[in-house]
Amino acid sequence: MLTYTIRRLLLAIPTLLFISFVIFAVIKLSPSDPTANLPLTIPPEVREKIRESLGFNEPFIVQFFLWLKQLVVTEPKVWMNNAFGTEFEIGQRMISYQTRSPVLDLIVQRIPQTLWVVGTSYVVGVLIAVPIGIISAYKQYSVFDQIGTFIAMIGFSVPTFFTGVLMILFFSVNLGWFPSIYDTTHVVEDWSSFLFQVKQMIMPTMVLALFNAAQISRYMRSSMLDNLTQDYVRTARAKGLTEKTVVLVHVLRNSMIPVVTVIALNLPSVFGGALITEQVFQVNGLGQLLILAIQGGDVPTVQTVTVIFAVLIVLFNLIADVLYGVLDPRIRYD
Amino acid sequence: MTDVTSKQEAMKSFTDLGTQQRSQIRDIWDQFTTHKGALIGSFVFFGILFAVVIGPWIWTLDPTFVDIRSRNQGVSFAHPFGTDQLGRDLFARMLEGGRVSIAVGLTAMLLSVILGAAVGVVAGFFQKLDGPLMRLTDLFLALPLLPLLLVIVTLFREPLAASFGPEGGIFILMVSAIGITSWMQTARIVRGDVLALKERDFVLAARSIGTPSRRMITRHVLPNVLSPIMVSATLGIANAIITESALSFLGLGFPPDFPTWGRLLFDAIPYMPQYPMWVVWPGVAISLTVLSVNYMGDGLRDALDPRQRSR
Repeated sequence: MLTYTIRRLLLAIPTLLFISFVIFAVIKLSPSDPTANLPLTIPPEVREKIRESLGFNEPFIVQFFLWLKQLVVTEPKVWMNNAFGTEFEIGQRMISYQTRSPVLDLIVQRIPQTLWVVGTSYVVGVLIAVPIGIISAYKQYSVFDQIGTFIAMIGFSVPTFFTGVLMILFFSVNLGWFPSIYDTTHVVEDWSSFLFQVKQMIMPTMVLALFNAAQISRYMRSSMLDNLTQDYVRTARAKGLTEKTVVLVHVLRNSMIPVVTVIALNLPSVFGGALITEQVFQVNGLGQLLILAIQGGDVPTVQTVTVIFAVLIVLFNLIADVLYGVLDPRIRYD
Repeated sequence: MTDVTSKQEAMKSFTDLGTQQRSQIRDIWDQFTTHKGALIGSFVFFGILFAVVIGPWIWTLDPTFVDIRSRNQGVSFAHPFGTDQLGRDLFARMLEGGRVSIAVGLTAMLLSVILGAAVGVVAGFFQKLDGPLMRLTDLFLALPLLPLLLVIVTLFREPLAASFGPEGGIFILMVSAIGITSWMQTARIVRGDVLALKERDFVLAARSIGTPSRRMITRHVLPNVLSPIMVSATLGIANAIITESALSFLGLGFPPDFPTWGRLLFDAIPYMPQYPMWVVWPGVAISLTVLSVNYMGDGLRDALDPRQRSR
């Protein structure tokens, strides 16, 4: 198992290199110009100087490796200096074209908001989905199952931007219960400010949670259905175990194996979905940073944020595979 | 008397059953119609499709006609969905937007299914190409799709608009971007099925009489993997429509004067407190289309699975 994990980790490095190269190539191949948004009064010679100082006239492959060096050599050094007070020599850090501050600092500022919203919504989504999936499968074709699968289908089909807008329309505009815009400068210090934080988090979290719950409950239901007809279930019942033990211990434990993998596999795509939800509720997380950077032609930021998404996907794919091996003793990778 | 005729009819149908083979398509159709959601879903989807294709010829109001005197109107007989802030008829805009959204969905689906099926069949059939093609699929699956789509659409919008016109350029860009980033699931499923097919006796028989690879694929392999391809095609429409409207919703899709459902929703958001229905119409249209397509896909999956049918 350990050797398998190490092998996969090593294999992840060329994958990530390739992906960041593709993203880099897409951005570089396009005829976008970092100086296009600067005022027209700047004379062409100065413009050329700016391009040169941004490293734009270097060969393509050199630019890619410079970016890579900044990400994997310079930034860890900065981090080490900050964390342990070491005195490493730091070269040029990766600078955002828009804000003139280091890209990694921007990302570190944005990550907590995204993690809060995405993380909470995922936990809530799983907590809703698992019981619904269990009951739906146990009482297949019952009224509960019919309604549950129908709602799951709706949650799965209605895009998050529409559910988000509908929620704002209903709970903010008509009822006035929750604020429609997420206030990221809000600091939790006492009970009333904590209540406000909960209030402003309810809508973005619920939008994402509903979408996640719809997907996961479908998997949960079909996985339970697969296991409920197995021989070991009949054996457990024949032994005289209570129905509760049979379903909640024997069947549930076995049906959780594929579901846990799906939960791990889906997590990165939730970050992608959070991009839209963040835009709807004006949460200033990673997604909003990416969209602002794309609109502003801020190549280093776009590149780095996209690669971070790619790292998340590769990482969670690996976690899913390892988890599958740990949970299911029949799976042997070696 | 009636007893005799019914008996004769029963006999007749009995002999029919013996002599006439029930066709496979008939079987699939019968199974499909037992799935109520699928039936309603296809009814709704083809209804919407019919409305957006035929609609603009019957509802002849120009979707871009600005009538500033009748702006911000509610639901009325002259304007079933009301008018927007410039007095443009929302029903006509919805029909026009639906045309674009569904056209993008269908074309992108076609592209992704052709790509996916081609990669899947080739990877499954030719063992040498299996490894490289599947690694390629894995790499594509590890790409962060939505961010990448955003980047592609923003960066390539202007050059394409310059060479194909603003509407044609963005249409080509959207369709190819969505198609190129959504073929992987189809490829994986098709490859798995092709690998299983290769072990079957009829393929061995065909090979033993010297059928060339090209004919093997077109005559024996493709017809037998058609059902997973059809299912992923159906679900691909839903995926493409959602992606297109999400991009339009982020303001990075079609230009503002070129309505699609996602764009209409995006444009209506600033007016949401005063005119909530402007948001609701396009949102409901997208959701209803995607929901009906998903139900169709579910029904099709059940109908094309012979194990389900025999039950």
